[in-house]
Amino acid sequence: MIRFTSSSIDREVLARVGTVLLCGAPLVWQVVLLFSGGLGANPIEALTRNLGEWGLILLLVGLSLSPLRRAFGWTMALRRRRMVGLFAFFYICLHLLSYVGLDQFFHWPTIWADIIKRIYITVGFGAFLLLVPLAVTSTHRWVKRLTYRRWKVLHRLVYPAALLGVVHYWLMVKADITEPVIFAGILAALLGTRLLPKGSLEHWLSNRTTGAGARVSRRSRPLNRPGSA
Amino acid sequence: MLIKIRNPRHPRENAVTPKALYLNRRRFLTGTAGVALGVTLGARLGLTPGTARAAALANPLADAIAQAPKGGPVLSEEVTPKGDATSYNNFYEFGADKGDPERNSGDFHPLPWTFTIDGEVEKPLTLGFEDLVSVDALEERLYRLRCVEAWSMVIPWTGFSLSRLIDRAKPLSSAKYVAFETVVRPGEMPGQRTGLLDWPYREGLRLDEAMHPLTLMAVGMYGEPLPNQNGAPVRLVVPWKYGFKSIKSVVRISLVKEQPPTSWNMANAREYGFYSNVNPQVDHPRWSQARERRIGDFLRRDTMMFNGYEDEVASLYSGMDLRKFY
Repeated sequence: MIRFTSSSIDREVLARVGTVLLCGAPLVWQVVLLFSGGLGANPIEALTRNLGEWGLILLLVGLSLSPLRRAFGWTMALRRRRMVGLFAFFYICLHLLSYVGLDQFFHWPTIWADIIKRIYITVGFGAFLLLVPLAVTSTHRWVKRLTYRRWKVLHRLVYPAALLGVVHYWLMVKADITEPVIFAGILAALLGTRLLPKGSLEHWLSNRTTGAGARVSRRSRPLNRPGSA
Repeated sequence: MLIKIRNPRHPRENAVTPKALYLNRRRFLTGTAGVALGVTLGARLGLTPGTARAAALANPLADAIAQAPKGGPVLSEEVTPKGDATSYNNFYEFGADKGDPERNSGDFHPLPWTFTIDGEVEKPLTLGFEDLVSVDALEERLYRLRCVEAWSMVIPWTGFSLSRLIDRAKPLSSAKYVAFETVVRPGEMPGQRTGLLDWPYREGLRLDEAMHPLTLMAVGMYGEPLPNQNGAPVRLVVPWKYGFKSIKSVVRISLVKEQPPTSWNMANAREYGFYSNVNPQVDHPRWSQARERRIGDFLRRDTMMFNGYEDEVASLYSGMDLRKFY
C-alpha cells in the first residue's frame, strides 16, 4: 500500500471524483438526448451505437494510461486505470443491454441466432465475454487471491477484447469506415507501445524534452504500483 | 392511369377517412392556415420560414403536388411523422450519417433539371423538370418504405407511374432492363467528393418491374415538393424492394439489353443483390430481415413478403428462386 501525504490524498480524491464525472458524463448526456428527442428518428439504434462507441473509447483510454505513465511519468493517470476499465465495461454492458432489451426486446430466438450467425455480433459478444473475468477480478482481494503475477497475465485479455471490439465496429459499418479506421489506428499505436523495449519510450521522451520532463519521469518511477504492464 | 388493385384484406378507403375530413384537410393545407403550418414544419426541420417558403415557391409543381388526388392501393397504417422522414435518411451523396442528408443538402439547388431517357428506345427524350410530369397524372400514394437496415416508414408520395414516362420514349423490343442514374454535382453534394461509393449512384430494374403500376416516379411527399434530402426534384419509389433501390435525384433513365450494374451491388455483391425484394425469409448476411422497426414504434414488427405488396407483384417472380436472386 502507498502512504499518502495529506496533499496527495486531496489530489487522489480529486482525481477519483474527476474520473467518475468524466466517465459518467457521456451516459448523462445520452439520457438527456434520449428524453429530449435528441437521438433522432431511431433513438434505440442511436443509443445502442453511442453506448458501444463510448465503451470502446473508454477501453482505449484505459489502454493509454500505462503508455502515458511511461512517457510522461503520470502515475496519477495509471491509478485511474481500474476505474476507467470498469466504466468501459459498464458502457459495454449497457450497450449489450440496449441491444437485447430495447432493440430486440428480449426476443431470444433472434438474439441467439444473431450471436451464432452474424459474425459482427459473434465478435462483439466474444469481446464482452473476455471482459467479464477482468471486471470480476478487478478488486484488490482478487489480485491477492490470484497472486499479482497470474492476475497480470489474466488481465492481458484486455488486448484481444479491444481488438475484437474494433473489429466488431468495423464489420457493422456499411461503407463509411472512417471511424473504425481511427479506432484501429489508435489501438494499433497503443498496442505498439507495448512492443517497445523497456525504457525506450522514456528514453525517447527524455531526448525530446529538456531536463525537467525527463526528471519528473524518472522520479516518478519508483512510486509505481504494480500493474504497469 | 388509375390503379385499382384492391387488396381484399385492406379496408376500403372510405372506411378509413371520412371524405369531409380529408377534403377539409386539403382546404386547410392550401388555405392561409397552411402557411402557418408550413412555417411550423419548416422551423421543426431547422429551416428558417423564409427558405422553406422559397423552396416551395421555386418548385413549379408545388400547387399541383398539394392538390394531387389520392391513388394507389389503400393502406391503413399510421403515417410516419414528416420530421422523421426528412431527418433520418440514407443519401450518401450528402454523407453516410443518417442526419447528414438534412444537414448537408442546403447547397443543393435541383432546378433547373435536365432529365434524359435513352438507350433501346425509339424516341430518346431530353426533358426539363416541368416536361417530365403531366400534371393531371400526379397522385398521392401512401406506401410502406422498408430499408435494408431493418427499419421502415409509411410515406405519402406524390408522383406518377414510371410506365407513363417509359411509354413516351417508345421502348424497343430489345429493351429488357432499365438503368437509373443520380445527378453528379460534387460541388453541391459533399458526399460525392469522397469515395464512399462509385459515383454516380446507379440503380436498375427489370423492364417489367419498371412498368409495374406500383413503380412510382415521385416529385413530392407529404403534399409538398421533395426536400433535397429525400431526392429532389424527382426520384424513384419501388415499394416492394429495399429502400436503396428507390434511387434519388434521377437525371437519366436508360433502357438496356443486359442487367445493368447497380451501386450497392458493386460495393458489396454478397450483401446487396440486384433484385433486393423485401423478403423476411432471406437474411442480409449481417442481420435478420424477418422483423423490422417501424420508425416511431418501440417493438419490432414482422416484415411482410414483398413488403406487403405480395398480391400485386409476386407474379413478376413466379418460378424464380428468391434465395438465389436476392
